[in-house]
Amino acid sequence: MLEVDIVVRRGAFRLEAAFSSDAPIVALFGRSGSGKSTVVEAIAGLVRPESGRIVVQGRTLFDAARAIDLTPEARRVGCVFQDALLFPHLSVRANLAYGERLTPAAERFVDRDRVISLLGLASLLERRPATLSGGEKQRVALGRTLLASPRILLLDEPLAALDAPRKAEILRYIELLRDELRLPMVYVSHAIEEVTRLADRLVLVSDGRTLAEGDVAEVLSRADLKPYTGRFEAGAVIDARVARHDERYGLTVLAFEGGELVVANVDALPGEPVRARIRSRDVALALERPRAASFQNVLEATVESVGGEFGAIVDVGLRVGATPFSARITRESAERLAIVPGTKLFALVKAIAIDRRSVGYA
Amino acid sequence: MLTAEELGIVLLSLKVAVASVAASLPAGIFVAWLLARRDFPGKTLVDAVVHLPLVLPPVVVGYLLLLAFGRGGALGGILERVGIVFAFRWTGAALAAAVMSFPLLVRAIRLSMEAVDPRLEAAGRTLGARPWRVFATLTLPLAWPGLVTGALLGFARSLGEFGATITFVANIPGETETLPLAIYAYTQVPGADVHALRLSVLSVLLSLGALAVSEWLVRRRKAPSLDA
Repeated sequence: MLEVDIVVRRGAFRLEAAFSSDAPIVALFGRSGSGKSTVVEAIAGLVRPESGRIVVQGRTLFDAARAIDLTPEARRVGCVFQDALLFPHLSVRANLAYGERLTPAAERFVDRDRVISLLGLASLLERRPATLSGGEKQRVALGRTLLASPRILLLDEPLAALDAPRKAEILRYIELLRDELRLPMVYVSHAIEEVTRLADRLVLVSDGRTLAEGDVAEVLSRADLKPYTGRFEAGAVIDARVARHDERYGLTVLAFEGGELVVANVDALPGEPVRARIRSRDVALALERPRAASFQNVLEATVESVGGEFGAIVDVGLRVGATPFSARITRESAERLAIVPGTKLFALVKAIAIDRRSVGYA
Repeated sequence: MLTAEELGIVLLSLKVAVASVAASLPAGIFVAWLLARRDFPGKTLVDAVVHLPLVLPPVVVGYLLLLAFGRGGALGGILERVGIVFAFRWTGAALAAAVMSFPLLVRAIRLSMEAVDPRLEAAGRTLGARPWRVFATLTLPLAWPGLVTGALLGFARSLGEFGATITFVANIPGETETLPLAIYAYTQVPGADVHALRLSVLSVLLSLGALAVSEWLVRRRKAPSLDA
C-alpha cells in the first residue's frame, strides 16, 4: 500500500500530489514537466515536501505534521531512472553489489543469483558501464536496485532513452519482476502504451497536480479527462486471456468479457492473462454484420456515448459485453448511421491493427 | 654530479613541498567539497578567503604568517607551548608553501567534484549509502583526476614558493633554504652564476618529474581493471 499526499515547492514550481494505491503497479502518467518525477524524488527522499505525508507498506517515510523525514538511505525505496545512472568507475559486478552490501542480512529478500539470471546479467559482470548498450545498462540498473531489497520500486521513465526493440525487451523484464518478486512498483511514464501494458492503477498528473486516479481502463475512458489522456491516442484497454493459437495462420485468439479478439501471434501460453490496447481510430462501426469483409473482429456493441459536438471527428463510447471500447469516426458517418446512445451495432477491428507490442502480460 | 650542498637543497625542497601538500590535501578536499556541494551562509566569504593568497602579494602573506605564527604571534605562542614551532624552521617554509598553494589545490579538486553528476550521488543514497559513504565511494573516486591535478599544482607551487617563505622564515641554509631561495642567493653573489644555473636545471627536472608522476596516477586509475 502506497499513500502519498504532499505539497512540494521548488522555486516557482509547485506540486500537489495526493493518491493511494495497493495495486502491484501504479502508473504516474502525464506530460513531461507535469511533476511526475518530483513525486518520485519525494518518495525516495531526494526532495523534501513542504507538507504532507508519504506512507509505504504501512511505514511512514515522511510526515511533516509529526516531523518524520527518513533519509533516502533509510527509506528502502528503490529507484531506476531514465539514464541508468550506473557508477562509471565500477564494474557491473561492483555496481550490483553496491546496494546489496549495504543491506542488513535480515532485510535481504532478493537472491543475487536469481536476479542475475532473471535479468540475464551473467555475461556482463566484468564489463564497465561505458561498454554496455542502453538496454543492458537499464537491466543492470534494475538488478542493482533490486539487490538492495527495496520495499517498493520506483521506475522513472525507464524506457525513455531506449529504441523500440530495447523498450520491448525491458518491458518484458519489468513484467517478469512484477510476477516473480511481487514487489510494488510506481511506474512513471508519458507513454500510454507502457502504462496500459504494465499498470493496473493510473494516477494522472498535469501541471503539478494529480488530476485523477483509478483503474487504468476507467481513467483512460473518462470523457472529462480526454484533454489530458486523449492527446495520447485515445483507445480502450482490454483485459483478456489467451484462448488458443492458430498456428497455421500465425494468429492468437484472446477471450475477454464480451467476446473474442483475433490478433497477430502473441507469445504467451493458452490461459495466460494478457492485456491488449485498441486505439479508437482503428475501430470502425457498422449497423449490420458485414459479409465478405476482411475484418477479423466483428463485435456486437452498444453505443454508450457520442462525444464532441463540434469538429469533423467524434469519439463514440461503446460497450462490448461488460468491456468498454471506443471508436473514433467522422461526424458525417455518425450522422449518416444515426448513431446515438443506445444504438446496437457492430464494432469492426482489423487483427493487424492490434499492435503486437501493445499486447502484454497482465 | 650533485654536490652535497645541492643534494641538501633538493631534499629540503622536496621535504617542504611534500609536507605542504600532505598537510593541505585533507583540508583542501573538505573545502572543495563544501564549495562544490553545500550551500551555507557565508559561502562567498569562504570562497574569497580561500582565494586570497592567489591575489595577495606573497610578501604580504608571509608577513601575516609572521605576525600570526612568529615567536611573538598570537598563534605562534600557543603552538610553541605544545612543541610546534614554525618560525625560522622548515615547518614554517612548509606552512607558507601550503597557504600559498591552497587556492590552486582547492580549485582543481572543486572543479572535478562539480563535474560529478549529483544524481549518481542521489542514486547511491537510495541504494542505502550514508552521505560519508557516498563521498568516499562515489564522489572522491570520480573526482580522482582533479585530486591528482590539485596535488600536483600544490606540489609545484610549493616547490616554487619564494616571497612568503623568505618573509616568514628567512633564508637559513639547511633549514629554510629551498631551491628558489638558494637560486636567488647565488644570483646575489658575483661569479656564482653556474651554481644558480645548476639549481635551475634541477628545478626544471623536479617539476617535469612531478608532472610525469601525476600523469601516470591519472592514467592508472582510468585503466579498466581497477575496482574500488
